[in-house]
Amino acid sequence: MSQTVDARGLSCPQPVLMALDAIKKSQETEMEVFVDTEASRENVSRAVESQGWKVESIATEGETFRLEIRKAAK
Amino acid sequence: MGAVIGAGAAMLQYLGNPGNMGICVACFERDIAGAVGFHRAAVVQYMRPEIIGFVLGSLAAALAFREFRPRGGSAPIVRFFLGVFAMIGALVFLGCPWRAMLRLAGGDGNAILGLIGLIAGIWIGTRFLKKGYSLGRTQKLAPGAGWVLPAVFAALFVLMLIYPRAEGAEKTGILFYSVKGPGAMYAPLAVSVIAGLVIGFIAQRSRFCTMGAFRDLILFKQVHLFSGVVALVISAGLVNLILGQFQPGFAGQPVAHTQHVWNAMGMVLAGLAFALAGGCPGRQLFLSGEGDGDAAIFVLGMIVGAAVSHNFGLASSPAGVGPHGIAAVVIGLAVCLVIGFTMKQPQTGGAR
Repeated sequence: MSQTVDARGLSCPQPVLMALDAIKKSQETEMEVFVDTEASRENVSRAVESQGWKVESIATEGETFRLEIRKAAK
Repeated sequence: MGAVIGAGAAMLQYLGNPGNMGICVACFERDIAGAVGFHRAAVVQYMRPEIIGFVLGSLAAALAFREFRPRGGSAPIVRFFLGVFAMIGALVFLGCPWRAMLRLAGGDGNAILGLIGLIAGIWIGTRFLKKGYSLGRTQKLAPGAGWVLPAVFAALFVLMLIYPRAEGAEKTGILFYSVKGPGAMYAPLAVSVIAGLVIGFIAQRSRFCTMGAFRDLILFKQVHLFSGVVALVISAGLVNLILGQFQPGFAGQPVAHTQHVWNAMGMVLAGLAFALAGGCPGRQLFLSGEGDGDAAIFVLGMIVGAAVSHNFGLASSPAGVGPHGIAAVVIGLAVCLVIGFTMKQPQTGGAR
């Protein structure tokens, strides 16, 4: 998991913009996204899924949500 | 969610709230500013229980679902003035985005101009967001910080119970009331409070936001929030038709004026300010209930903005825009553009 997006403390829509930006620019097929509100967790999940990525897992670490996302196999 | 707000608003109007204003966050915060005497526009003074219900309903939902997160510290002073100018813009049009939808659902053609302006303002905001505009990260705060705004609104509600409206009286104890005008039109207290609490509760769950609806549509082509707005207009329209409240036209609409350019420009300013602040006025109330101190600052900015609007002759009336309303919109747009161009955060912790 070489790429992470840390969107903690940022309000919508910045976490979504950051995640989509990272997806677009990166060559990676896996990424971690950190957010700290439920709204951001939902929005990021929805956004990356619309781009053909999958949310593999969501871990709660204290007040932080760690989303593992993966590009869906074509 | 949108359907509940739409139908609820139309019902509240039927039960006594002002025309096409079953619920208007901007108008009602303005009425609250009047009730505590921050401005003395005699026709718009009432401690609107709906607003209090929104914050406390959202608080209840956030606590129940363990989403209460006291936080703040993301450029509060900037957010305060975004709130001030958002309110000034909204009062030139005479309504927040919710009321723009409700006016549309009541047949008010002027709302179309307002919505065009709103969408234009949000579009400008999305350009800034794409270019890296940011007010910075929030910090986690001690629980007490998250309780401040809900406590203030709870206190206002207690004041309202201590000093209730007396028929024909301009003042009870320390609270001001309107004898005539929109401020003298209100649904029964219990109905207003319960409607406010219910809407606050479910809006916290659904993240309902009218600004976000258009923003996400423009930025991401996402219709999730937008569908809520569509539901609001349709449900309010249907209930209005059933209750005989649908009156199509431009002239003579309740609490509205027909100066098309300024209906639109007022909402350009409001839409831009909402987009830069990250939420429509309703959403800012719900976020405040979740413990978001930055949203709370925006709410206070809006209340102060309402006072400024009426004290300086910026707010419109059914007769048209106020004597200094146009100047205020121009200044507000200039300020928001400066904020949009200058507020950027170094990309720390971003994609590496």
